[in-house]
Amino acid sequence: MEVSEKSGARTLKLTCIVCPLGCKLKLLVKDSKVLSIEGNRCPRGILFAQSEINPRRTLITVLKVDGGNLPVVSAKTSKPIPKDLISEAMKTLSKVIVKAPIKIGDVIVKNLLGLKVDVIATRNVEKQAKLRN
Amino acid sequence: MKRKCDLAVIGGGPSGLAAAIKSWNLGVKAVVLIHENDILGGVLPQCIHTGFGLHYFGEDLTGPEFAAKLVEQLKNTEVEVLNGAYASQLQVESRNLKRIYGYRFGEAFEIESKAVIYAAGCRERSRFEVGILGDRPAGVYTAGEAQTLMDIYGILPGSEIVIVGSGDVGLIMARRFALEGAKVKAVVEIMPYPGGLTRNVVQCLEDFNIPLYLRHSVVEIKGLRRVESVKLVRVDENLNPIPNTDFEIKCDAVILAVGLKPKSELLAKAGALIDDATGGPIVNDWLETTLPGVFAAGNVLVVNDLVDYAAEQGERAAESAAKFILEGKLPLAKLKSVVPGRNVRLIVPQLVSCLQDVVFYGRVRKPEENVLVRFEEINRFFKLPAVRPPEMFRFKIPAKDLSRIHGEKLTINIMEV
Repeated sequence: MEVSEKSGARTLKLTCIVCPLGCKLKLLVKDSKVLSIEGNRCPRGILFAQSEINPRRTLITVLKVDGGNLPVVSAKTSKPIPKDLISEAMKTLSKVIVKAPIKIGDVIVKNLLGLKVDVIATRNVEKQAKLRN
Repeated sequence: MKRKCDLAVIGGGPSGLAAAIKSWNLGVKAVVLIHENDILGGVLPQCIHTGFGLHYFGEDLTGPEFAAKLVEQLKNTEVEVLNGAYASQLQVESRNLKRIYGYRFGEAFEIESKAVIYAAGCRERSRFEVGILGDRPAGVYTAGEAQTLMDIYGILPGSEIVIVGSGDVGLIMARRFALEGAKVKAVVEIMPYPGGLTRNVVQCLEDFNIPLYLRHSVVEIKGLRRVESVKLVRVDENLNPIPNTDFEIKCDAVILAVGLKPKSELLAKAGALIDDATGGPIVNDWLETTLPGVFAAGNVLVVNDLVDYAAEQGERAAESAAKFILEGKLPLAKLKSVVPGRNVRLIVPQLVSCLQDVVFYGRVRKPEENVLVRFEEINRFFKLPAVRPPEMFRFKIPAKDLSRIHGEKLTINIMEV
């Protein structure tokens, strides 16, 4: 994504990812509003462009586990979080240690960065009993 | 150890699991699932990103969640799971008798079965298969090895990373490394376009400002003990290196995401015919190989880009195997060849009986826009806005259409409109 400032409105270039065509979009944006859009070959591009002005991503990572049959548990955020906060979220999560046992769907971090988004386990981790491989 | 069963499923990944569950549910009561690892699910438990299951389960799941759903279903069956077991040889004794030889926890086993579903998956290509020469230091991993280290064992395999290959695996690993604080210095792609989905180029590379070198090739790895650098060159339109374009990138790990190959050696050794285009066995629309009663599904059949397709093939193979076991044989039919035509690199199944509906999976040679996928002999055309090599096309053709094939073959062409 490229951004350039111009008289209050900014130009934004991004690639639409709704379908395999991958249209190259050029937007004129002011105060989180799309003023104009070029390059989209269908209306879905407009919706996509609007969602990408304040982009959000589901964060997927692993967290350290204490006393489990695996040393880490995979996890995801319950909802997408602002893209700009991803590295801060990773910093917070790198300090978390989760106690085994853990079940898929367990909330392992509540209200991440005060965003009202939880971090949820996506893998079962049993207590102790190391696996062979 | 010796066992007798009706059906042996080899491979505990998504297609093997789906096959074992489905065959049990269809009434095959002596099913043995042979699985190398302790954890079921094949590669899924380490694929912690989302995007799995939209077709098969109708929801967006991570890899471990997709695997866990199948494992839950398996618990409701009495399929016997032989974990830690490796099948090394298959012998077809007669139409209804196959023998599988292998090892489990260091002991030999022999399993007799009426039918076999082979779902052993694929393996990653090595540096030597893509011409990366040079030193052999520590720090060279396939993408799958790096993923196992990071996402199963929590070990970061390097801090300055060069990724070779821009398929989805390479792109997703680039994001994982960036998230974990490693610096991804380059993703290198020999083709003029990225190998993975546009979604992944945007969300894995552009989101993290990771440079993508298109039309470049890694030709050499340098380093005495640990990787110190890689050498890149630019390539021309025939993918040949252009003289005097080489340069070095310093790094301490090289991650190879340079393609997957069906692990079809056991089938080939047993006498199954292999398709050069897929690297997997030639199958008919029962997903039966050229060995009667030996079926194939998942990435050993064709390297799929969606796990949903692998699971779907597992179910399909199970339906066929159940019929084969419960009725003693599959209906006889004169098989017609499916011929990959213009801009079609591969097609599965390669043979059709025309007795039943068939799901065709295919891959194109090069990207094109506004195309018709033409099933020529039966005059069925499908419009697609775009085709790209990384994205399979999938079409279900009803039996009544297939029965219109009068000649020996069905040709699939992709034509620009």
